[in-house]
Amino acid sequence: MRALVVDDSAVIRTVLTRILTNLGFEVIQASHGKDALDKLKGVPLPDIALVDWNMPEMNGYEFIRSVRESAEYRDMPLMMVTTETEMEQVVKALAAGANEYLMKPFTPEMVQEKLQILGISGS
Amino acid sequence: MAIASDDFRFIAELIREQAAIVIEPGKEYLVETRLGPVAVTAGLVNVAGVVRELRAKRAGPLLQRVVDAMTTNETSFFRDLQPFEHLKERVIPDLLERRKAERSLSIWCAASSCGQEPYSMLMMMRESFPQLQQWRVQFLATDISQQMLAKAREGSYTQLEVNRGLPAPLLVKYFHKKGIEWQIDDSLRRAIDWREFNLSARTWPGMGPFDIVMLRNVMIYFDLATKRQILANMRKVLRPDGFLFLGTAETTINVDDSYASDVLHTACYRPKAA
Repeated sequence: MRALVVDDSAVIRTVLTRILTNLGFEVIQASHGKDALDKLKGVPLPDIALVDWNMPEMNGYEFIRSVRESAEYRDMPLMMVTTETEMEQVVKALAAGANEYLMKPFTPEMVQEKLQILGISGS
Repeated sequence: MAIASDDFRFIAELIREQAAIVIEPGKEYLVETRLGPVAVTAGLVNVAGVVRELRAKRAGPLLQRVVDAMTTNETSFFRDLQPFEHLKERVIPDLLERRKAERSLSIWCAASSCGQEPYSMLMMMRESFPQLQQWRVQFLATDISQQMLAKAREGSYTQLEVNRGLPAPLLVKYFHKKGIEWQIDDSLRRAIDWREFNLSARTWPGMGPFDIVMLRNVMIYFDLATKRQILANMRKVLRPDGFLFLGTAETTINVDDSYASDVLHTACYRPKAA
């Protein structure tokens, strides 16, 4: 199983990578939406992308919209992982095409439970 | 400060007497962590102060707060997921067929803690079985802790709590933001009858009959005699074609052989035919 982690914080990327690796995922890291779109080129579609909201270049909301409009990546499951905790933002992310929404701070159990909700498990 | 062994034994005996829950030696840390905040709230210096008060008066609000603190267990929305899948795929469709004449269903969450399990069931039922809105559905949720029942009735959860196991589409559909907490909608809160109930009571007058009973992750805390008494009482309140759910680490095997486990989901039990 493969996961894409998109976050401008190296600390969060490292934490999520550790959690996902322990669950049996191979992880690709990207520091913003444009970087993620570049890194998706020529590689098999990840089984899940965990995407921060607030990032430079292309934020998570724009990234989700781009993925859903793209013929190549539109079927990739997407989970927003963010400090945005208002109802309007959860609604907006889901309407844009996010499949799940995880609010920071999170624990490894929360990540695993959200993946289970999506029917995704590691190796 | 580490709890004195006499004080630990006193608390263990008190909880066994009040709730039939076994706190074994080695769980001193649990007593200290759970009762530390109770001591602060009660204006006492430490856990030893709580024990001193209870030795003098084994009743009243302090006793209730100690029982609450020692019987509260971790829970989350859609905990373990598979029981809810089994309810959705097999149990409720089966009951919809069996009860189609009377169009009534009776459900009991027997250790509902702060409400995530009954609310998870209700959300699943509303999503997958909208026809049940036209049925008479009696939904009872009980717990030994008044504090937990008050929280469950309020239906307000922290961000950390809604992050645990709750699908985002259900958060959006059934909750609203209330300050920094998320509160479940009134229609779900009102659909549940919340009551205080001690599972270790010798008899259960006025209970049942139930089609589905959720008794998950609570039997592990009881000794064998209490488990047997609970399962014997359960047989009297569970319909002969009803369903009993235990936690994944719990079983009726070698405790009460009058139940049979469902081959499709081993934590789901049904009474054996008499």
